[in-house]
This record gives sequence, C-alpha cells and structure tokens, in this order.
Amino acid sequence: MSEVNIRNVTKIYPGHSPKDAPVLALDDISVNIADKEFCSIIGHSGCGKTTLLNMLAGFEQPTAGNITVHGETVGRPSWSRAMVFQDYALFPWLTVEQNISFGLEMKQIPKEKRQSVIDKQIRLVGLAGFEKRYPHQLSGGMKQRVSIARALSVDPEVLLMDEPFAALDAQNRAIMQQEMGRLLAQADADVRKTMVLVTHSIEEAILLSDRIIVLSSRPGRIKEILMVDLPRPRNEDDPNFIALRHHLRELINEEVGAVE
Amino acid sequence: MWVLDETTRMLLPAPTVVAIAAWDLVATGELFRHLFDSLSREFVAFSWALTAIPLGIAMGWWKSVHEQLDSLVEILRPIPPLAWIPLSILWFGIGDMQNQFIIFLGIFFPILLNTITGVKGVELNLVRAARCLGAGEGAVLRRVVLHAALPQIVTGIRIGLGVGWMALVAAELVGASSGLGFMINDARTLLRTDIVIVGMITIGLVGLVLDLLIRELSHRMLPWSRSLHH
Ligand SMILES: Nc1ncnc2c1ncn2[C@@H]1O[C@H](COP(=O)(O)OP(=O)(O)O)[C@@H](O)[C@H]1O
Ligand SMILES: [Mg+2]
Repeated sequence: MSEVNIRNVTKIYPGHSPKDAPVLALDDISVNIADKEFCSIIGHSGCGKTTLLNMLAGFEQPTAGNITVHGETVGRPSWSRAMVFQDYALFPWLTVEQNISFGLEMKQIPKEKRQSVIDKQIRLVGLAGFEKRYPHQLSGGMKQRVSIARALSVDPEVLLMDEPFAALDAQNRAIMQQEMGRLLAQADADVRKTMVLVTHSIEEAILLSDRIIVLSSRPGRIKEILMVDLPRPRNEDDPNFIALRHHLRELINEEVGAVE
Repeated sequence: MWVLDETTRMLLPAPTVVAIAAWDLVATGELFRHLFDSLSREFVAFSWALTAIPLGIAMGWWKSVHEQLDSLVEILRPIPPLAWIPLSILWFGIGDMQNQFIIFLGIFFPILLNTITGVKGVELNLVRAARCLGAGEGAVLRRVVLHAALPQIVTGIRIGLGVGWMALVAAELVGASSGLGFMINDARTLLRTDIVIVGMITIGLVGLVLDLLIRELSHRMLPWSRSLHH
C-alpha cells in the first residue's frame, strides 16, 4: 500500500514582480512513497526540493497535479505531517520541554499524559538535563534534536525533514546521521514513520534511505529513483555503499554540467 | 549692574537656591502630589493605548484589515499629539480626560506601528511549525505571533511611554490644574524659576526611570529575545 501519492505535480511560482517571468520549480513529478518507507530527495540547490516538501506539508499547493496521503488530498497543514526545518524553527520563548509540549497541547492531550510523552522524547533524542533550557542556550545539534523530538511528539504519520543537518558542523552532522541511522535500525515497525528527507549530502541519503529520488535541476524533474538495499546500520566502507555513492555522484555531476 | 545681576539670578538661580526649592517642594509634599497626578494620567492613558496591540496584530496579520485602516493611520500618525490640544479642549474641556487623551495619542501610535512591524516580521517557519503541530488560526496568533512580536511591541511601549510623557507635560502646561506641567507653568507666572527648574529636573528623571524600568522588566520577562539584549 502506498501511503504518499504524488501524482503529476507541477509547481509554478509567479514572478516576484509582474515583470519577472514565472518560475517553473517542479515539472510533472510522480512518485509513490510506501508506508514506513524512508525516502530521500536529493538534488542541487534550487531544484525544488523544499518546494516539494512544502507541498507535502500543505504549506503550498501544487499548480497542477495532486498529492494524497492515505487517499486523502493534502490540504492545509496538519500534525499528521510534521516538519523538521533546516533552521530548526524552535519557539525561542519556550524551553526545550515547552517546545516539545506545544504540539501535545494543540492536540489537547491531558497534562499527565503530556509529561510522559515529553520525557520519552527527551530520552530518545538524548536531551536529558536540558529540559529547562531555552533554544538560544543550545548548540545547533541540540536544537535540531529538540526540533525532531517536537515533530515526533505529535505522533505524525509522515515526518518531513528539510536538510535537517545541513546547518551543523561536519562533526555534529556525522553524529546526528549516525544516531538517526541507529534509531532507524532499532525502530520497530509500529513506531517507524514514513520519512521524507531532503538533503544534498549523498552519504546522508545512502546512510538513511530505503529509496533515493534524484531530481534534475531547473526545472526539477525526477531523474532517477534508486533503491538502497543495504543492511542497517550501514557502513560507509561497504563496497556496495561505495559503488552507490559513485553512481549518485555521477548523476549529480551530470546536472552541474546541464546547468552550466 | 545691580539690576542686571538680580535679573540673572532670577532667570538662572544658583544650584543652592534650586536645592532649597526642591527641599521645600518635597517637604510640603507638593512635588509628590503633582508627580502622582501626572503619573496616574500617564498610566490611565497607557492602559487605553494598549488597545493598539490587538489592533496592530490584526493589521499586521490580515491584509484586508491593513488595507482598510492603513490610510487612516497614515494620516493621523504624523499629527503631533500637541496639535490635538485645541480640539481636545473643546471635546473634553480642561482636566484629566483631555490630558489623558493627548497622552493616549502619544503612546498609541508608537505601540501600533511597532506591533504591526513585529507581526510582519514573524518568521514564516515559526508559523509553519505551529501549523504542522496542529495549531489553528487562533492558536497561531495567541501562541506564536503575539510572542514572536513581543520584543518589538515592548520597544513600541518604551517609545510610546516616552512620547506620552513628553506630551503629558505639554498638555498639563495648557489644560490642567495639577501635575508637573501645571506646576512649572504656575511657577513661571510667579517668576519662581527655582521651582520651574526643580519641575524640569523631576520630569527628566521620571522619564529616565520609566525607560529603565521597562528595559529591566523586558529583560526579565523576555530573556530569550536577542533584540532586547543591548
Ligand atoms: N516563494 C517563492 N516564490 C518564487 N520563487 C520561489 C519561491 N520558493 C522557491 N522559489 C524558486 O523555486 C525554485 C526551487 O526552490 P526550492 O524549492 O527552495 O529549491 P531547493 O530547496 O531545492 O533549494 C528556485 O528557483 C527558487 O528560486
Ligand atoms: Mg531548500
């Protein structure tokens, strides 16, 4: 059964001023994402990755085509499709635990139950001891942990992530990727979510995904879809990993050539 | 020579003379009576001017509200509060109401404009994050937009209280029978420059204290705000 169904989706942005030409950001994208699948979208900057994710979330509407989740057309945003943003988008006036609590309050979950969900999420992302801190008192990696915990707290069906680790330094990025990989390897089928990860890191995509969608540049079209059939947790030294990385790099380099 | 000397002394009294006048005003309680009247006018006007916050949020958030009200605001805003004094005397007579109205105008527009700016500047991703966590329109406004705009609103309050305080004294010069503005104008008619100067210093000090108070309060209440931490 396919959970997320993207059918012939095109997105055209009107130009910033009437004189500007409209921007064809995505051109006729069709793909199905299965239940509990981890799917990455990779491509050059400006190829429409964020646009696609924003339409999945319901922040933007497709110009043509449609997107359904469990057969229902995506309209307005909902907690069933939670988003993790590149710039974290934490509420700066709320503490770590209040940020995680926000969605639970919106779902009107009673107070006692909220606390146990918060505690569980905080342990899951390794933030114990930081509950009362404000976002500005946290490092980038910790902020992104809060953001992931906050998105997971509402128990979404689909977790959308827009370059979640791109703003981190190399070391923290590697740690977060490893931990995410470990979480995915451990997660039981009933707690696993359908995940859509936007990234421009080839290694990150291979490390985490079941499938990788490669987008071409301007306009964004599906260039190729790759299965990643490697056991988890994945090892970057595995010959299959290396071969896949090589293949992906070539696909993406072709796109650089195409733009220039 | 002697006449000139005496005139100079009258126009610009020695610090000791001012100090003595200050002491008298404090001892008799007169200074505090006027100060209290001025401050209560400022406070009442401020309470009314807080209506600028919901109005500013509505104007900053809904384009249609902005379109409806923007031109009205743009016409009214550049009119200095003092230019309203003649009309306000006709409307309210001389007294508290009229004074409060002038101060209200001084406070209202800075709060309104800063609230609008604050709301328009709310990061889109914060609003989106709230929406995909299940927040409806009301919750987005109350739980996100209001908070995110608060540092800018507080800036508006600070500016507004300052403008209001200046307008207050001017309003009292013309149309009051108490307050610091009245006190210095009354002293002028008696050629008591020492009292005038005590009044001016008090006005300056109170303005400063009000500003410091708001700053201190906002630092405590909005520890997360970077823009307020300078
Ligand atoms: N709100 C918008 N208005 C106009 N053009 C936009 C808007 N958002 C994105 N674009 C354009 O659409 C294209 C795809 O953008 P985006 O989805 O952000 O790419 P990516 O996330 O892959 O870097 C870019 O050319 C960008 O300039
Ligand atoms: Mg992007």
